[in-house]
Amino acid sequence: MAVAAIGKYEFAPADAIDKFHGAQLLYIGWEDHLLFCAPFAFPFPPSMPFGAIVEQVLPGAFGYHPDFARIDWSKAEWLKSGKPWTPEFSKSLEENGLRHKDVIRFRTPGLTGIKGSCS
Amino acid sequence: MDMQASKKKLGLKERYQVMTRGLDWTPSYQKMEDIYPYVAYEGIKIHDWDKWEDPFRLTMDAYWKYQAEKERKLYAIIDAYAQNNGHLGVTDARYINTVKLFISGISPLEYVAHRGFTHVGRQFPGAGPRVACLMQSLDEIRHAQTQVHSISNYNKYYNGVHDFHHAHDRIWFLSVPKSFFDDAITAGPFEFMVAIGFSFEYVLTNLLFVPFVSGAAYNGDMGTMTFGFSAQSDEARHMTLGLEVIKFILEQDPDNLPIVQRWIDKWTWRGYRVLTLVAMMMDYMLPKRTMSWKEAWEVYFEENGGALFKDLARYGITMPKCAEQIALEKDHLSHQAWSTFYNYGAATNFHTWMPDEDEMAWLTAKYPESFDKHYRPRYEYWREQAAKGNRFYNKTLPMLCQTCQIPLVFTEPGDPTKICYREVDFKDEKYHFCSDHCKAIFEHEPEKYVQAWMPVHQIYQGNCFPEGTDPTVEGFDPLAAVLKYYHLEHGRDNLDFEGSEDQKNFDEWRGMATKNV
Repeated sequence: MAVAAIGKYEFAPADAIDKFHGAQLLYIGWEDHLLFCAPFAFPFPPSMPFGAIVEQVLPGAFGYHPDFARIDWSKAEWLKSGKPWTPEFSKSLEENGLRHKDVIRFRTPGLTGIKGSCS
Repeated sequence: MDMQASKKKLGLKERYQVMTRGLDWTPSYQKMEDIYPYVAYEGIKIHDWDKWEDPFRLTMDAYWKYQAEKERKLYAIIDAYAQNNGHLGVTDARYINTVKLFISGISPLEYVAHRGFTHVGRQFPGAGPRVACLMQSLDEIRHAQTQVHSISNYNKYYNGVHDFHHAHDRIWFLSVPKSFFDDAITAGPFEFMVAIGFSFEYVLTNLLFVPFVSGAAYNGDMGTMTFGFSAQSDEARHMTLGLEVIKFILEQDPDNLPIVQRWIDKWTWRGYRVLTLVAMMMDYMLPKRTMSWKEAWEVYFEENGGALFKDLARYGITMPKCAEQIALEKDHLSHQAWSTFYNYGAATNFHTWMPDEDEMAWLTAKYPESFDKHYRPRYEYWREQAAKGNRFYNKTLPMLCQTCQIPLVFTEPGDPTKICYREVDFKDEKYHFCSDHCKAIFEHEPEKYVQAWMPVHQIYQGNCFPEGTDPTVEGFDPLAAVLKYYHLEHGRDNLDFEGSEDQKNFDEWRGMATKNV
């Protein structure tokens, strides 16, 4: 519905892709690991290979968790916007069909957080 | 020529008539719609402004007299508290962090409420509500000022209080209360009245002020407690005004009902999301607790609010739908909030810490369904790691909800192990939400929320560094630059309470009163 207003009410979105200096936003969450209170937001160049995220970025973001070192990435299950999805690690974000402000999550079967509490 | 003075004084009723409604007049050479341009566009129909019943027959001269008397008492106590080093009498220096949260998160809202009531007071064609709004706007600025004065005493001794207003407009989590009020004052005058006058001041206020004020009393903070009491009689007036507004609008025209119901649904949820800060304050930040968040919600919302909505049923108003989800969250809200602040304790204007063994036992007792199962393992792990010198500081920025601006920390209703994700596509852009309710609020007015100043996105756009910062130089540290932009000093205003300057100074100063050094 339109905003009730005294005149025309149209404004540009504050977070359009052209504001991020060549990067696009990607949100990444790790299921069953609420030690990290929320999914993360990252600015990445669209040409970045997906594998580089897993190898170079995620260790800095999630590495504090003792489960992180135990992840077998070949068994990780991915969701994009809540639906099953399979990334190709050698291809870029763009080639993987990831657009600005997309949200992906991964599940690591067998790893369920501190003492199995999903923390 | 001598002026004719009336022999006898006016009676209360006449006096009220003359000094409120009597101040109004009917314009002769300007059109009403030019004088009151904002009164029609929200779709609310008012046929007779004279039907407004003023719930408190207060005139301006009486108002000044009462308020001046309260100020005299309040400032005498504030002075005494400051002169006697009252700050050293609080339960423990951790308590002072609730004061930091209050001054940077809540007091600036009092000021915006002042502006809001001044604005809507100007816009209502009825003299009765106009005078009531004028008085409330004065109350609100008085509250902002007395809070600043009471709390300024802490600024002489403790960190993080120094630039509360600068912080309010910039620090990531303070965008939650800020955007809440910005949403309200940019709405029309009727929505503002339902949002702030009714939903916030009537339905939710007891969950904000009672916890802070009784928390202050339980923890020996006379200064904060006294401004709370000084504000209390004003709050009673605000609640009455909020309720009168709802009844007046609903009695004027049956078409107003669906609009008002939607506003109540929206603003109860928006207000509740802001109260997340109060929930964690009650369960984690007060060294001596008053009651748990869950108990407070049950008393002040489920019981008192339940009775209120029963009373409003005769107008067709029903309990906001979000109440069902809130009931599911009450076992989890404060724990999820405190976990969040513990995560991001390097970017806050107050200290965070892990509860000690006794406090964990209290949490287990108050939250038997949830605490041991979902939160204790996480806390024990963090505590062990901190003892080994590996205190957790999350340095990666979180994903935020487009409506409430809180990171996506809330779990699915009914499943506390899964984060709740919701999203909407609007005009080729994606937007994300923490809940169905925040999503529904966006969907009703997407054009409003696409403009949101989302702290995480603003940082990535490069808008949250001090002027002249070059983020392209080698070794650039974004977190350090953002803290400078917030006016926070790393290692002093932020990080864990354990080892903080506040902790050290408080112990030393209190020690001087009890030991021979």
